Amino acid sequence: MSKIIEQPRFSCALGAQQSVVAIPRAVPIVHAGPGCSGKICALIGQGEGYAGGSTIPCTNASGSEIVFGGEERLRGVIDGAFKVIDADLYVVLTGCTSDIVGDDTGRVTRDFQDDDKPIVYAETGGFKSNNYVSHDVVVQAIIEQYVDKFKDEKATLTPGLVNVFATIPYQDPYWNGNLAELKRILEGIGLQVNILFGTESAGIGEWLTIPQAQFNILVSAWPGLEIVKRLEAKYGTPYYHFPYLPIGGNETSKFLRGVSEFGGLDPVKTEAFIRKEEEKFYSHIERTADFMLEFRYGLPRRFYTILDATYAVGFAKYLVNELGILPAKQYIIDDTPAIYQEAIRDHFRHVSELRSAEVVFSVDGGEIQAEIRGEEHKHRSLILGSGWERDLAREIHADLLPISVPITYRLVLNCGYAGYHGGLRAIEDIYDRVLDTYR
Amino acid sequence: MGKINIQAPEATIREIRIGSITGFEGTAAQLIQCGREGKLHESTRSFSQCMGCSSGNAFCQLSMIQDAAMVNHAPVGCAGDFFSFNFVYRVGQMERNLPPVIGRYFNTNIEENDTIFGATQKLEDTIRQAYDRVKPNAIFVTTSCASGIIGDDVEGVTDKMSIELGIPVVACFCEGFKSKVWTTGFDSAYHSIIRKIVKPPQQKTNKINIINFWGSDIFTELLGKLGYEPEYIVPFSTIKQLERISEAAATIQICSTLGSYLGAALEQVYGVPEIKAPLAYGIAGTDAWLRELGKVLGKEAEVEAIIGDEKARILPKLEEYRQQLKGKTCYVTAGPAHGHALLALLRELGMEVQGAAIFHHDPLYDNGDQRSDMLEHTVKTYGDIPNYNVCNKQSYELVNILHRVRPDLMIARHGGMTLWGAKLGIPTLLIGDEHLGFGYQGLLNYAERIIETLDNKEFVTNLAKHSTMPYTKWWLEQNPYTFLGGSVHVENY
Repeated sequence: MSKIIEQPRFSCALGAQQSVVAIPRAVPIVHAGPGCSGKICALIGQGEGYAGGSTIPCTNASGSEIVFGGEERLRGVIDGAFKVIDADLYVVLTGCTSDIVGDDTGRVTRDFQDDDKPIVYAETGGFKSNNYVSHDVVVQAIIEQYVDKFKDEKATLTPGLVNVFATIPYQDPYWNGNLAELKRILEGIGLQVNILFGTESAGIGEWLTIPQAQFNILVSAWPGLEIVKRLEAKYGTPYYHFPYLPIGGNETSKFLRGVSEFGGLDPVKTEAFIRKEEEKFYSHIERTADFMLEFRYGLPRRFYTILDATYAVGFAKYLVNELGILPAKQYIIDDTPAIYQEAIRDHFRHVSELRSAEVVFSVDGGEIQAEIRGEEHKHRSLILGSGWERDLAREIHADLLPISVPITYRLVLNCGYAGYHGGLRAIEDIYDRVLDTYR
Repeated sequence: MGKINIQAPEATIREIRIGSITGFEGTAAQLIQCGREGKLHESTRSFSQCMGCSSGNAFCQLSMIQDAAMVNHAPVGCAGDFFSFNFVYRVGQMERNLPPVIGRYFNTNIEENDTIFGATQKLEDTIRQAYDRVKPNAIFVTTSCASGIIGDDVEGVTDKMSIELGIPVVACFCEGFKSKVWTTGFDSAYHSIIRKIVKPPQQKTNKINIINFWGSDIFTELLGKLGYEPEYIVPFSTIKQLERISEAAATIQICSTLGSYLGAALEQVYGVPEIKAPLAYGIAGTDAWLRELGKVLGKEAEVEAIIGDEKARILPKLEEYRQQLKGKTCYVTAGPAHGHALLALLRELGMEVQGAAIFHHDPLYDNGDQRSDMLEHTVKTYGDIPNYNVCNKQSYELVNILHRVRPDLMIARHGGMTLWGAKLGIPTLLIGDEHLGFGYQGLLNYAERIIETLDNKEFVTNLAKHSTMPYTKWWLEQNPYTFLGGSVHVENY
């Protein structure tokens, strides 16, 4: 499989700067070349947030840092950041320049840590991985270097408290909405939720209670696995893994039942919440089923996904089982490590009781699009992809719902596709696009 | 002022070539004087925020050539700006009634192993793939910090691939770490064009090169009256057009910092005269610019007629706007020389300019001609500009200054800056079309937008009421130049 990338849909390791931006009142300090941070924001940074975008402190490595090393420069920028930027947590992230020349960023950071400053560092030189992987690295760095140091040593395990590791902020353009819905439904079954990122998080104080959680919840195909495994080894916190985004009635209820059983929650309470939510959810579906059955001028009958594994499986299960749109080929673009690919294939093998779908793993959007173009397009289809699919959709008469970055054609605030609310939102958004094509 | 050497694979960076700097505080007149006396010092900041880099600016110019493909030899993060440029490209297609086409941009995806063993094979494979998929008339290869530091022989690969594929495969060296002045990336892009694409002239044409981004077409009418046609370069041109830019009758700069290198190179290498005058902003600037254009083209009489007609047309309306804007204060943040042009325009409209944060400073452009110094023209025509800060997008300095100055209006030319005016409740204007303020009509265009912005206070007032500020109280009370210091002498010109 080709490793060159036409039409990139994720960032490099340094892309995890956006994970930091997503923590309330946290700020990245980027020790890298001058353009890195801006390029990351260009792809996965719609909106500057609290201290992202043009606010991000950066050493802007120049020739002299390459030749003589950039440690002193970094020290100056960290020192300035504490004075100038009003934040609760500072996260030093390295780029290609400092990682290749071998700056001892850890040493520089430790000097500030020794003064009990809220600062951590992680090596995220762009070439080392991508942001699906480095998100884990950065979260672990915060836990090891900040949480462990400042947590309440006397605090004991809090029954009913969970840490949720779900989407990768900004890489998932709908991260904030998705996290908000996950928190809402988990609270609905009686849990107390550390959501850690976004508007529903209480910020760094919440992070300090990570070790007290009764268990961790991972909603993700594979990113984040390193985090929950590490937390299990470290604090003995068990984890519940739901390997795709739960969208709509079926899967969200399944997710909640799984969590409830894993955490030994009161099944009566869980079922009561599920019943109430399903009632609302299906009343909308029922109310509009006639539209989906009767609209005679053309609705998409099959779908392509060009998404990361977490979204791809989640949407496939939802579209097939709850909307009756059938899977064409499914493309997974998150550079899934080989060891996780079989599990994902397996989900598509059993996407419904009656159906399976073919999966291709590729990071090369150009190659994917060429393949789709080469197929026969007898029926109107739906593409769940990115802004790159604009022309492809027009050419094959498909409707496009951008779910992946680059998301450029949509402005995202609190929209999300997770859970019951997200399922309804997905229906609105898909058919909104369909109906909008008529004159 | 060095001669441009098109034999060398790389353009010399601006700091060395023309003595550009990125840090200064004082007045505009002081800055100009320092430049003239060779006393300009680079000042570095001990605290800094993220800037732009050359590779983005190089990509910006090359990625919208209609029949070329781009290969970015870098880790995937460096390709984060692909879609932004693709978007601009497609907006421009709409404006030009071109069919929708996607930008064909490839990234070599340099990974950890490649930093040890080199990535030239990957580069070769990517170029081949790009060729197979796109069948372009040229391929440009932009480099990165990673490819530069590991020492990949990019020029060797592009030379080899040019022969194999039978099209120009051109290396554009634009590693981010090499220059603090990100407009160096424009120079890199133009260097690769002048070096490998442009052919020696066979005849003179009635075309006039206009080095611009992608602004609206305002030159067809003007040049048409003089018997010439505009050739907008480099975005939206084709390789065939670029091959022939050596045959043009003249070159016009829409922003001297953008086109400095290409304008000078075309004149030095192929004798295409560059119009050396202030930019056509404000009445005096437009007068001077048009007269120089007339002189170079031998159309003095026609130009005088245009000047007369146009001024008569706009002056009554301009006077009206001046009355409305009298006493209004404003602050500008932009790159040079467009920023200098905006300063002239605002002063022409009778506004009080309280200061400016301009991204870098080129004491003179590659043509070495003082007439092209728009800042000098502005100061001479309208008087000095106080609080003139050379500042490469350091928003912490900007916020600090705005916090004290509190102008009636902020004008920003680049993204990431407007927020800081608005969060303080200051009406803020960003105009994307770089041609909007050009010429006599440009004064009216801008005045109209400024009045509209000044009038529209509800949004910023409400935003300010509900905004957070990521800067500390301590910082907002300090001298804005607290972190600016540490001189590095620049004496290369």
